[in-house]
Amino acid sequence: MTNTKIVSPKQDLLYMAILSVVVLTMPIWLQPFGAAYPDLMQKFMIFGIFAIGYNILFGLTGYLSFGHAAFLGVGSYTAVWSFKLLSMNVIPALIFGTILSGLFALAIGFVSLRRSGIYFSILTLAFAQMSYNLAYSVLTPITNGETGLQLTQGDARVLDRMAGIEADASLPTPNLFGIEGIGYSGFYICAALMLISFFIYLRIFRSPFGLKLRAIKSNQNRMGYTGYNTRPYLMTAFVISGMYAGLAGSLLAVTDPLAGAERMQWTASGEVVLITILGGVGTLIGPLLGAGIIKYFENIFSAFNETVLLNAFSFLPDWLAHPVAAVVGLFVGEGWHLTLGLVFMLIVIFLPGGIMEGISRLARLITNRNKAEPKSGAHENKEKEQASAGEV
Amino acid sequence: MSEYILDVTDVDKNFGGLRALSDINLRVKEGTVHAIIGPNGAGKSTLLNVIVGRLAPNRGRVLLGDQVLTGKQPHEINQLGVARVFQTPEIFPELSLLQNVMVPAFAKRDGEFKLGFLKSLFAENEIREHAEHLLEDVGLISQKDNVAGSMSRGDKRRLELAMCLGQHPKLFLLDEPTAGMSRHDTNRTIDLLKRIKERGMTKVIIEHDMHVVFSLADRISVLAQGAIICEGTPEEVRNDPRVKEAYLGGEAV
Amino acid sequence: MDAIFLQILNGLDKGGAYALIALGLTLVFGTLGVVNFAHGAIFMMGAFCAVTLEKILTLSVRVKDESVTFFDAYKETPYLEVWFGETGKAIIDWSVPLSIILAIPVMLLIGIVMERSLIRYFYKRPHAEQILVTFGLAIVLQELVKSFFGANPIPQGAPDIVAGSAAIGAVFGLGESVVYPWWRLIYLAFSLLTIGLVFSFLHFTTYGMVVRAGMADRETVELLGINIERRFTIVFGIAAVVAGLAGVMYTPVLPPDYHLGMDFLVLSFVVVVVGGMGSLPGAVLAGFLLGILQSFSSMTEVKDIFPGIDQIIIYLVAVVILLTRPRGLMGRRGVMES
Repeated sequence: MTNTKIVSPKQDLLYMAILSVVVLTMPIWLQPFGAAYPDLMQKFMIFGIFAIGYNILFGLTGYLSFGHAAFLGVGSYTAVWSFKLLSMNVIPALIFGTILSGLFALAIGFVSLRRSGIYFSILTLAFAQMSYNLAYSVLTPITNGETGLQLTQGDARVLDRMAGIEADASLPTPNLFGIEGIGYSGFYICAALMLISFFIYLRIFRSPFGLKLRAIKSNQNRMGYTGYNTRPYLMTAFVISGMYAGLAGSLLAVTDPLAGAERMQWTASGEVVLITILGGVGTLIGPLLGAGIIKYFENIFSAFNETVLLNAFSFLPDWLAHPVAAVVGLFVGEGWHLTLGLVFMLIVIFLPGGIMEGISRLARLITNRNKAEPKSGAHENKEKEQASAGEV
Repeated sequence: MSEYILDVTDVDKNFGGLRALSDINLRVKEGTVHAIIGPNGAGKSTLLNVIVGRLAPNRGRVLLGDQVLTGKQPHEINQLGVARVFQTPEIFPELSLLQNVMVPAFAKRDGEFKLGFLKSLFAENEIREHAEHLLEDVGLISQKDNVAGSMSRGDKRRLELAMCLGQHPKLFLLDEPTAGMSRHDTNRTIDLLKRIKERGMTKVIIEHDMHVVFSLADRISVLAQGAIICEGTPEEVRNDPRVKEAYLGGEAV
Repeated sequence: MDAIFLQILNGLDKGGAYALIALGLTLVFGTLGVVNFAHGAIFMMGAFCAVTLEKILTLSVRVKDESVTFFDAYKETPYLEVWFGETGKAIIDWSVPLSIILAIPVMLLIGIVMERSLIRYFYKRPHAEQILVTFGLAIVLQELVKSFFGANPIPQGAPDIVAGSAAIGAVFGLGESVVYPWWRLIYLAFSLLTIGLVFSFLHFTTYGMVVRAGMADRETVELLGINIERRFTIVFGIAAVVAGLAGVMYTPVLPPDYHLGMDFLVLSFVVVVVGGMGSLPGAVLAGFLLGILQSFSSMTEVKDIFPGIDQIIIYLVAVVILLTRPRGLMGRRGVMES
């Protein structure tokens, strides 16, 4: 679970290089899984960014925020407004979305971080619910209420007009100097941003600052008697993770320039918590894994319906096929959230360290079996494993 | 600059109707070891809590050299040069031993807050070597990459000592540093504390083990029912009848 | 004046629901030390007890419609009506109050099963993990309900005799125009009664006293050789019954749907925090206060001055309370503070 080794920057560069190759070749190696289409891969990247940002707060400091969806929402709204008012170019949208979410996080964090533990969770939840309720009601001029904020032909797009770009018959799409924000090019934009985000996150993780954040999680009391003012540290972590959420939110707007309030609801905050926990709280790569797995299965499971199921179970005798399909049907399609809830419970109950803990347990099992030397070796080995778990 | 590094004047502390400390006056000279002894519930830990800023006194004042500690936050007091080990070791259980010692060392160097999150820990050679040196001092260097939470209580205590020593505090407060240790470990700790005494660090020790007290302390204060009933050199205290009555129950030490 | 009086009443019955849910949350937190995010789902399941009973009572058969004479027409008629005539009709009419009889054993069972099979393994685990696992449970429960009852709200009627409004204005000398739905008055009375029952149980029975002693100092009670854990299981069951009944009775006020629980849970947690974590009277007081506050803030006069205030007032109060009085209105020292 812990990161107890001090890793050299060279090793990290190698690490980044491997991750980059893995991510950038996704369109190839995801094909056998039927997941190599850009929409889905963009989601992997975007929710990956959201989750690694969330992990900077929850994973490093242990502060459980139930309101991070609010920052995602602010990012989305800001990005859409940037498309409407300034330009269809994604750069201003991303910059404004990230900065505004950061400011929003600064305000919310200023209040919420005066408390810790469950009180902090409830304060963040309260703020997120306020944002959500306001987005639906009085803030309708900004958020367009239930319909959601969307682009129109007649938007100002000041910068675009100045550059002489006029929207033709159809609605314009977000782009990076002409490179489209959707399709494979869109995926590579998201992937590049995810890799940059991950790199920054890696540096935070490996820095004295990151060490201090983990020390806060481990024993905040001791931090005080050790001469640290923990509030600004927590504040910084909170704002950084809010900015990550904002970036993810703006990217969501890039892939689909429509922002709705439901993005800010607390179930959406619950989702990022789940992603982080599923992957492994406080681990480096865990949140990315979690995002990939959740979004992948969401995509697969939601697509099932009764006919598909009946076909799948057609090898069974008729009297059996229907009930089986009905039971399985509870968990797929519309019932995907049920599966999500169950997975959530199972993970918290049996594997609080998430998939990364599972992997390191497996690894320990295998190495222990290989080195079946009695006593002395086994114990040392276990400790070593403990120390290196979460290294990746 | 006063000749006393710690100057506690007229401190009262009440919990509801209960008077935990009354009229405490305590002066500790720089470079000495001052022990506070007394029966359970006498208010020894409360006094330490007042000094480090965990509790605010109802009356009175605490000075470190010329600086007022009363009313300051624990982290500010630590930054002024007060370090403390607790009755139950307060360490970072999820971090490695080395990291445990590095964290306080960073606090000493960087102050109460420093952002800079782009520099790698790997490049912090000075701090790391310093931390390794400290672990060597307390005899834990062989375990430096282990997780601190899995150690024995005695080892945790020594780790906590190393963490505090790494900050070179002007005033080092120790709350029963040998409680729960074996005789062997206790002697090692005494040796260690003697070595730092030679380096001239002022220490205030709360201790039940008279062996530890009399082998380390330059002066002793006896606390009973929230008041200091006697203060002096170990010899004076040993022979004071009031002490025998209040604390030692008449038995010779 | 009339308007203010009505708003207070309005707030009181909503406050009653908040208070009942918050009471259970506080009981569970105080006794078991568990932060239960699935408590709202229990409220929702109570509401669906009423829906289920109504569904059972109105199981229908196609019978010939006698009122249509010139061709053969059929209509769906509940078995009860076919078998018992007017009595059957009356039973269906009274399905919501009758659901209480069903809900008490069902909710007790659900509570006990939940505690024994899941919650008890989380006594010693960090609050964050308790929150997470019960949050997962809440999702599972609400999705199960959704798959059985669909996503749309299912309206439930109060018995005809109390379906109208009471002319309370005349009673209090405020003019004939002040009227208020009977059922909501009943809900208010019901919540006060339930709260009274829970408090008398805790104060006047030995069982309750042990539970309260356990809340105050669990270790000492265990040292006395009392099996506190078994009692706490029952407490969890009671909390589930209280929330479940609150849900049953609330169905004529608000048609239940599957996410009813989540909506009320967030608010109830805020209520608990405002009242003071671990304080039962605090939970009740805060429940009613916040209910009233919410209903006042939804008056047009207030909304004109602070647009949107009705949407956020409760959260706003929670933020202010947490910052100025971290222990809430009546919180005890040392609860959740380390």
